[in-house]
Amino acid sequence: MRTSSRYRAAARMIAAIGVVSLAAACSGNGGATGGGGTGGYPDQNITFVVPFSAGGPTDTVTRMIAEPMAAKLGAKIVVQNVEGAGGTVGAGEVARAKPDGYTVLMHHIGMSTAPSLYKDLGYKPLEDFATIGLVTEVPMTVVARKDFAPKTLQELVTYVKANAGKVTLANAGIGAASHLCGLLFQSAAGVKLQEVPYEGTGPALTDLVGGQVDFMCDQTTNTSGQISAGGVKAYAVTTPERVKSLPDVPTTTEAGLPKLQVSVWHGLYVPAGTPQDVVQKLSEALKAALADQKVIDQMAKLGTAPVPATAATPQAHRAKLEEQMGTWSKVIADSGVKVS
Amino acid sequence: MELLNNLVLGFSTALLVENVLYCFVGVLLGTAVGVLPGIGPTATVAMLLPITFSFEPVTALIMLAGIYYGAQYGGSTTAILINLPGESSAAVTALDGHEMARQGRAGAALAVAAIGSFIAGTVATVALAVAAPPLARVALQFGPADYFSLVLLGLIVSITLARGSALKALAMIALGVLLGTVGQDIYTGTPRFVFEQRELYGGINFVSLAVGMFGVAEILRNLENEQNRATVISKVTNLWPTREDRRRTVGPILRGTGLGSALGVLPGGGHVLASFTSYAVEKRISKRQQEFGHGAIEGVAGPESANNAAAQTSFIPLLTLGLPAHPVMALMVGAFIVHGITPGPNVITDEPALFWGLIASMWIGNVLLVLLNLPLIGLWVRMLRIPYQVLFPMIILFAAIGTYSVGFNAYDVYAIAFFGILGYVLIKCGCEPAPLLLGFVLGPLLEENLRRALIISRGDPSVFLTRPISAVLLTLTVAALVVAVLPTIRKRREVVFAEED
Repeated sequence: MRTSSRYRAAARMIAAIGVVSLAAACSGNGGATGGGGTGGYPDQNITFVVPFSAGGPTDTVTRMIAEPMAAKLGAKIVVQNVEGAGGTVGAGEVARAKPDGYTVLMHHIGMSTAPSLYKDLGYKPLEDFATIGLVTEVPMTVVARKDFAPKTLQELVTYVKANAGKVTLANAGIGAASHLCGLLFQSAAGVKLQEVPYEGTGPALTDLVGGQVDFMCDQTTNTSGQISAGGVKAYAVTTPERVKSLPDVPTTTEAGLPKLQVSVWHGLYVPAGTPQDVVQKLSEALKAALADQKVIDQMAKLGTAPVPATAATPQAHRAKLEEQMGTWSKVIADSGVKVS
Repeated sequence: MELLNNLVLGFSTALLVENVLYCFVGVLLGTAVGVLPGIGPTATVAMLLPITFSFEPVTALIMLAGIYYGAQYGGSTTAILINLPGESSAAVTALDGHEMARQGRAGAALAVAAIGSFIAGTVATVALAVAAPPLARVALQFGPADYFSLVLLGLIVSITLARGSALKALAMIALGVLLGTVGQDIYTGTPRFVFEQRELYGGINFVSLAVGMFGVAEILRNLENEQNRATVISKVTNLWPTREDRRRTVGPILRGTGLGSALGVLPGGGHVLASFTSYAVEKRISKRQQEFGHGAIEGVAGPESANNAAAQTSFIPLLTLGLPAHPVMALMVGAFIVHGITPGPNVITDEPALFWGLIASMWIGNVLLVLLNLPLIGLWVRMLRIPYQVLFPMIILFAAIGTYSVGFNAYDVYAIAFFGILGYVLIKCGCEPAPLLLGFVLGPLLEENLRRALIISRGDPSVFLTRPISAVLLTLTVAALVVAVLPTIRKRREVVFAEED
């Protein structure tokens, strides 16, 4: 008897563990499959695929807008992280998904650079996806270790040209936003520098604060904390207008390097062939989410803002994608970078 | 006196009912995900982060921190019971912890792990309170060249992880380093050993490797021999450490705490090195070296204390500089920002209640963990009585679900099967998985920092000798090598005889 009650206690415990882990597994996989007519769209869970790890900037933005979008659409939205190869694994999966509006991709600037960086991508951004709308454009900042000699962006350009053999430019890995911004800086300043890649922004920023590398260019979401605390110094933001959370930092245009214009833009996609009315419904929901005061507040805290309603449309998004693919294919080809 | 005032402020914040409650929720969740193979603290914190947006900032951070160090705690439980380390630092605990479980002393191993972790957590919390800012400044002095030398020292010292042949251990480290190179090279983006499978670009998942090499291989080995298993079940005797156990663990716990507290401060993988180094040190200075690998309680007490101390002090760069040392802390930076707090050197002065409250909560969290875990030991040990044909499919099932749910990458599940078979073959050849796992974890760090140091120095290798920290560490490496090799040469004759027995 004693033994059997022990068995039962242990079995109960195992069952409890099972429930927890199954719940964890299922929480990410609500509506990955299934079709259904478009008439009553949506009549099942919608999956938002984030091609990067949970908790990263893209994931955070996705989870912010998923809730108000779900409220507007009247369906549950499940965020699923499909990581790998600079976001191309997740994007490829959505490209092959059923075009019924139940599998939606959130991707950033990397959507436009992947064709130039990867040889056998397996999908074409303009042909295999329909755009829903832009979500946010995160500004980037040019920052340096606090005891780095140049004081302004102009001085920085002169300095790196004179000391091209000594200066180090950090980035968060090949294809990362900081890498792209660094390439654009080099092209705008007309100089070739020694790049020091890191595995993610965290370690790169740590070495910048510690003075092991000279400078880098990264999103405000990552750098504004260190800038206001004085851990690094900022030369400029790479957008046409100054950033609210960093009022003292000039724009690249003001600082005399107007060609350095870059933001980490995010947008939503569905597989090509998705019915027009479904695309429209998703786009309307996105617009509603971006007008949500809670979303605006949360994004402001991250140093960014929702795009204006005119940019949260399939047309504006597609135009941006086309323009960016053109820009980056040239910058990347000039730099000679090829991932695979 | 100022410290005392600060601690009073901290405890008055941390002891608010709400904060104690969420501290408990955090450590409970942490223990749960630590115990479950596959789902780590990073995924858990990422999933819970949006929920904490509505909390008070200090409450949110207390809970998220609790998940992190709670998971370090829980990870040792599965390592001891079923030879399944959920986090890299728990892999060392599995070495002697699981041997103890096989000898029917799982209870003692779990209790020592819990008590050691508690003592280490307490000491490390004090270290955090007393010396956080100066320690953080020291950590910033570590550049890529210094990390390379540190990792190299760690690898050399850890050859002692092997129970048997040092040559086989070296081979396993090399194999681990090779497996660690799978995926995209971060410097050039060149895919290595991916066989044109895009899913392998991100490299091999640590959890898949650990579950396969340790868990599945262990299961295969147990299935092959019915008798082996029977002994596990029949001999579960004393739940608590004996007086002899207690006497033997005092030293390892204190040394592990010191090592862990010091190494945990380093943002580049310090906490991974902590438990490996502690094990190596204990084995080196022990009078019972032959017991290591066969259930030496020191081999559980030292590393467990080290990894918990490191888990605590790894918050130092985050709290004092706003620099995350671990993916979980990168998420916590996000939590700071969302709550309108700028992580950085100003947190101590601008938000004293938050800073000291979080530190005080860590001690409270450690108390809660002991209260939570000691009574559970009986329950965990009973798990070993579950019929094997029920237990082992469930372990594999949970592990597969866990690893799949984190990144939705089917290759992570295939990897479990692959490494399970490979692990079994290696065991049959007399090779042990622990050094392989070490190589897998440290190999990429070694390569990354070597190349980064050389990139920054423009290819000048003298940087490893001209930087003082690196030079000291390399000197220690040479010394460790000499110490490791000398007795081997001297004892060669005895060993030859022993092997012929």
